[in-house]
Amino acid sequence: MTEKAVPLLEFRGVNTHYGAVHILKDVNLAIYPGELVCLLGGNASGKSTTLKTLLGMVTPTTGDVVLDGEIVTHQSTSYRVQRGVTMVPENRRLFKRLSVKENLELGAYLRSDRAGIANDMERIFELFPRVKERINQKSGTLSGGEQQMVAMGRALMSNPRVLLMDEPSMGLAPALVQANFELIQQIHSEGVAIFMVEQNANMALSIADRGWVLQTGKVVLDDDAEALLANPDLRASYLGEAD
Amino acid sequence: MATTHDGKPTSRVLWVDRFLALIRITFVVLISVGLIAFVAQQIDPQNPLARWLNPDATGLTAPQFKGLLVTGLAQGAMYGLIALGYSMVYGVLGFINFAHGEVFMVGAMSGMITSNKLAEAGLWEDAFVFSLLFVVVTSILISTATAVIMERIAYRPLRGSPRLIPLITSIGVSFFLQNMSVVLLGPGAKSYPSLPSWLSQKRSLLGFEIEGTKLVVLLTAAVSMAGLWFLVERTKTGKAMRAVAEDKEIAALMGIDVNRTIVTTFAVGGAMAGVAGILWGILFRSVIHTTGFLPGIKAFSAAVVGGIGNLGGAMAGGLSLGAAEATAPLVLLEPLGVDGVSQLRDAVAFAVLIFVLLVKPSGLFGERLSEEDRA
Repeated sequence: MTEKAVPLLEFRGVNTHYGAVHILKDVNLAIYPGELVCLLGGNASGKSTTLKTLLGMVTPTTGDVVLDGEIVTHQSTSYRVQRGVTMVPENRRLFKRLSVKENLELGAYLRSDRAGIANDMERIFELFPRVKERINQKSGTLSGGEQQMVAMGRALMSNPRVLLMDEPSMGLAPALVQANFELIQQIHSEGVAIFMVEQNANMALSIADRGWVLQTGKVVLDDDAEALLANPDLRASYLGEAD
Repeated sequence: MATTHDGKPTSRVLWVDRFLALIRITFVVLISVGLIAFVAQQIDPQNPLARWLNPDATGLTAPQFKGLLVTGLAQGAMYGLIALGYSMVYGVLGFINFAHGEVFMVGAMSGMITSNKLAEAGLWEDAFVFSLLFVVVTSILISTATAVIMERIAYRPLRGSPRLIPLITSIGVSFFLQNMSVVLLGPGAKSYPSLPSWLSQKRSLLGFEIEGTKLVVLLTAAVSMAGLWFLVERTKTGKAMRAVAEDKEIAALMGIDVNRTIVTTFAVGGAMAGVAGILWGILFRSVIHTTGFLPGIKAFSAAVVGGIGNLGGAMAGGLSLGAAEATAPLVLLEPLGVDGVSQLRDAVAFAVLIFVLLVKPSGLFGERLSEEDRA
């Protein structure tokens, strides 16, 4: 990959604690512009904490979060969102009582360039024609697949350079999971870097360039997707295959 | 459902259900009998149905009924404005801010002070409209400030603790504000300067004879409600408020400043209570440190009746509660032969609350809350 470029988003030796509990242990990550990377790990491996730390909802005890060369460790979430990071949360988490349009507009909450916002809205309608059909409906009335489109649209409305995806396969029917991963690839093909956190290792690695495996807060594997797919340890622990 | 071998738990549940059903039926029977008797009186005072339960029933004339209704609606509009504050804070933070009634009292008190100052300067009579605007604006500023400071000092440090904690705190804040009022202004009742006579005159409107003061109250409430609706539904701030009410974490992810939005919610609720305080002054012209208690509790009932968290519901709840407590004693209770009906306004107001909760627990316009959202 473009190893010489400046990473868009970076963890430099990050440690986090919840009280006395040590969650992330000296984690180093780097996401480069235009990449599609994934972080794999089971329950309680520190995946959610990684995302929260990247977004500034959790502050590391030591180490730094770097956004496009700038240290943002102690900056607020909105500061980071404004500089091009956002997340599609697990289980979509739409504002169910608000209309689809209002959900999309909230995605652009920090922006004031009206023309750009209108432009991005059109782009999302092109990407997801179904969203346009449902634009004035309350988002809680949409089907799971449609809600997933709105959740991605809402994230794209902040015009991100890197999109974090928290368990995109969670809570969706198998057919929808496939469709969802196609949407992720489609968004990626528009030049947005994607950092995906997944339990479904097979699915994630089939579309990712690179990946990390997190185990009890430590990065235990860091390799190309193909190499990870072939890795016997990973196959044993995540793909449910006994050796 | 698990049933023990002697079947006791199951039968106890049924017993409660039967008891509640009985109360529901009693309510419905009382309301229908009262209504039938009232209608019968309107048709013919000698009608046997009209004097069935109360041989001395005199019946209401149409103008009397309309007068009661307008009085009730004017008070109800005031309850509605206060109810908005309960409902908004509940929507955003999920607890009932019992000190909100005292914010209303602070509004009424500051209105009393400014209007008396203006009256001393001779402006209250000469330039009434200007003076009233000035009084409303000061009252809004002071009650907004009260609500914002209250949030900062009493509630923000408790963010994240179980909802019962801020609820109990709010009762403490309520006592604090009442006692502050006694310390600063003394314990006695204080009065507003008398209103200009042209204002108190009755005017006819749509077949109703309405006193000018009540017209002012209804108009002010309507304008405030329209302003609030615009703020919540049509502005970016309002969208942020609704987003924070639904999911604070995701709202923060959108870049919304959650703390600032919560402060805005308290401020807007406080402003509405400030307006309501002035309306109280116009309607009753007397204010004391406990003024906030009963209207506060009734406004809370109105918010629950309308469906807590729902702003249109809060206003509708206020209006229906006001109308019910003004008309029901003479319309429903007098034909039933209840003694001293005009003393029963407050009882009626809370009976309405109980009835609505029995029939539709989520309130008239409320959504059913999921298990986790319940307070």
